[in-house]
Amino acid sequence: MGVAHPTEMSVEQGAAAAVARLTVVPQRRYGIWIGTALALLLAFLIVRAFASNPAFAWGTAAGYLFHPSIMRGLSNTLILTVVIMALAIVIGTVIAIMRVSPSPVLRGFAGVYVWFFRGVPALIQLIFWFNLSLLVREVSVALPFLGTIFSARTNDFMTPFFSAVVALSLCEAGYMAEIIRAGIKSVPAGQAEAASALGMPYRMILKRITLPQAMRFVLPPTGNEAINLLTMTSLVTFIAVDDLFYSAQSIYARTFETIPLLIVVAFWYLAVVSIMSVGQHFLERHFGRSDTRRDPLAMRALRNAISLAGIAR
Amino acid sequence: MSDVKSENRARFGVPADSMVFARGVRKSYGQLDVLQGIDLDVPAGSVACIIGPSGSGKSTFLRCINHLEKITGGLLLVDSQFVGYDLRDDKLYEVKDDLLCQRRAEIGMLFQSFNLFSHMTVLENLIEAPTQVRGIAPEQAKAEAEILLRLVGLLDKVDRYPRELSGGQQQRVAIARAMAMKPKVLLFDEPTSALDPELVGEVLQVMRDLAESGMTMVVVTHEIGFAREIGDQLVFMDGGVIVERGAPREMIADPQSPRTREFLSRVL
Repeated sequence: MGVAHPTEMSVEQGAAAAVARLTVVPQRRYGIWIGTALALLLAFLIVRAFASNPAFAWGTAAGYLFHPSIMRGLSNTLILTVVIMALAIVIGTVIAIMRVSPSPVLRGFAGVYVWFFRGVPALIQLIFWFNLSLLVREVSVALPFLGTIFSARTNDFMTPFFSAVVALSLCEAGYMAEIIRAGIKSVPAGQAEAASALGMPYRMILKRITLPQAMRFVLPPTGNEAINLLTMTSLVTFIAVDDLFYSAQSIYARTFETIPLLIVVAFWYLAVVSIMSVGQHFLERHFGRSDTRRDPLAMRALRNAISLAGIAR
Repeated sequence: MSDVKSENRARFGVPADSMVFARGVRKSYGQLDVLQGIDLDVPAGSVACIIGPSGSGKSTFLRCINHLEKITGGLLLVDSQFVGYDLRDDKLYEVKDDLLCQRRAEIGMLFQSFNLFSHMTVLENLIEAPTQVRGIAPEQAKAEAEILLRLVGLLDKVDRYPRELSGGQQQRVAIARAMAMKPKVLLFDEPTSALDPELVGEVLQVMRDLAESGMTMVVVTHEIGFAREIGDQLVFMDGGVIVERGAPREMIADPQSPRTREFLSRVL
């Protein structure tokens, strides 16, 4: 190595200094600045309107928050949501399996089901089932030789609550069927093929291979559907089921405190939706665990041990 | 059971040591004839390699062997038995699902895309079919799975999910999964075609070990070197027919048909 020439040194140092002086100037995004300013202004106006308009009567709303009939309405809304969603998932799964069946008749039946129950507005279906007695006066089961073994007047069992459960679960099942079908389709065909090659029968493949893998595609839209359903149950007010909205209505019909009670209703819907979103997050994480690295090896070893014990039972 | 086998052997002239026996196997999709009369004998304990250009029907034939595809005509027996049918009075009755599954469970199959169950760990993949289909006790299935994983050199991956493994490792797990059912014959559908070149060797090594242990194998492959080294017979298929067959070394060194020669010159 020779000694560097003094002028060369200074040229090198100058270049290094020039490189060191370089700084990045971010692009100026005026559109975003204007948008931000407008959003802040809008937020301020809304908050001011909420805070300053006495008609909101926040105090009155707070007073009704835990009112007994609001609580009863809330619990009815929750019961309706859970029961309808559970039924919709069961019926929807059956319809979805029919839609991917090799039989064209089953596929056709399921297709018409989805077409009908998604196509007719939920409110119309609800009122239809509530008024079923106009169409069918009596439901009876009769067997040859044994005669009638069961008979009931439609009006006796088509209570508002029962109508609501039937109507909304059939309707919701139409949506769930499409979600589950898309989930089943999203599982690569090779998975079912490998399972067949191992000697697993069709039902076992569906239960143990296809549906569990479909779950991670099915869950996010199902969460949306559950939230959608929660708010959709407010329709049952039209057939006088005392859900959250109906309870609020019956209070403000007497007291004319319409806005505060609507605030109470909105508060409870939002609260439940928030809790559901958290639950959905954990469910998604559970079913997506083979996609993430968040599932520690020690946990899997434990689960493998547990699943072994589970099969043993 | 053995009655059926000896009856079939006498009726169709099946050799006593036959594992896969095909005579005039045809398969068509509507107007398209994919297989136009395939004859093949794979004796127990031997390795048959099938090569040929894509679309030649070699994968379809493989899938016919375990009844993933139904054949349109001809005779196809595994261990002197029909897989998807029962023979009564010259009629082939399609068997019920549970019987088909029972017979299929004795025929292992490996796929180009591995098809490990992606929601299950390696161990769960291996014990799924033994516990669910055969009803083997989980502890025993686990013990057997560990032996198989040690054989394919992946015992340390027992708690991994398939996506955390390389392609070569996934295919080795898939081989262990197929072996967990103690199959009579293993069908390989281009097992190394989806692998990076440096991963092909580890899978071929496992297959070589299996062949040496006496496993009957039917291998659809593009690995001519593997076919030459391990294969007991080599079959060249093109356009739904077997164009040439023979001992791998001689056939690769001196193909008789111009179509075989042209194909080999392209893949070697």
